[in-house]
Amino acid sequence: MRISVTVNGTKREFEAPVNIGGALKVEGYEGMLVAVAVNGHFVPKAQHGVSRLKDGDEVEIVSPMQGG
Amino acid sequence: MSGALRIGDQILSSRLFLGTAGYPSPDALRRAIEAARPGLLTVSLRRENAAGQGQKFWEIIKGFDIPVLPNTAGCYSVEEAVTTAQMAREVFETNWIKLEVIGDDYTLQPDPFGLLSATERLVSIGFEVLPYMNDDLVLAERLKDAGCRVLMPWGAPIGSGRGLNNVFALKTLRERFPDTILVVDAGIGAPSHATQAMELGYDAVLLNTAVAKAGDPVMMAGAFAQAIEAGRQAFLSGIIAPQDKANASTPLIDRPFWHQQGG
Repeated sequence: MRISVTVNGTKREFEAPVNIGGALKVEGYEGMLVAVAVNGHFVPKAQHGVSRLKDGDEVEIVSPMQGG
Repeated sequence: MSGALRIGDQILSSRLFLGTAGYPSPDALRRAIEAARPGLLTVSLRRENAAGQGQKFWEIIKGFDIPVLPNTAGCYSVEEAVTTAQMAREVFETNWIKLEVIGDDYTLQPDPFGLLSATERLVSIGFEVLPYMNDDLVLAERLKDAGCRVLMPWGAPIGSGRGLNNVFALKTLRERFPDTILVVDAGIGAPSHATQAMELGYDAVLLNTAVAKAGDPVMMAGAFAQAIEAGRQAFLSGIIAPQDKANASTPLIDRPFWHQQGG
């Protein structure tokens, strides 16, 4: 079954079941310094391997940027 | 140098906190940091793309042995700010957060109610919160009660370059919170603005646009470093009180012709 997940504002499809770590790998973020929030809630890195995504989830993947 | 600044268990070598946004190029950013040698570098988070833009920026910052202060720029709600702070803690491996909860689009004025609420939540989960706030005395008291060791009132709206809009309010905060670390954050345009803040007894100045958008950001970074150091030394030295009457600086006694003319 495929599920639809919004990643950084763009609709993406994944083969279920998929956890956050799996989605990061599919999307090309593996090995990058990033943090993740799902549906507005922070998900610590330690949970990426066990936290499953659901159809309709909204995922934010962020990394360092310039700031004032 | 006029002394390091200690925040918690961290000793900062300079009282200039420098933002990293808006420079004409990554090389200009790198050279501006070298010229300023700031005590803190402010950073932020953004959506990453698979090209890894954020990773390249982070490589530059990591090359300096300078602590970073992540911010929650662009957050308009408590929930957004708390989630952003948690992500920043994981990415930057620091529990320090420059907390911004914006309440007004036009002035980027902080939302004092959201700021206090977010501060309480973040302190409860182990953050060292450095709040970007306006210069309201009562809000300062509430933020201090909530656990802030550092308060960061604005000089003027972010990026406006107006300097210290309300010197009276900033002086009042300094007088009422003698033991709290106070940092003027935002609105600085010229090095003289930063000097003025330091002469008032502020512990540090946080700025970004004044350097990043200067004609020569590298030279301006050096100018701000000197201005902040000058202001600090002036404060520690004891600035004379202004008075209305002239007071000759050259001693008159025993000058030539003393009391020989005019009666």
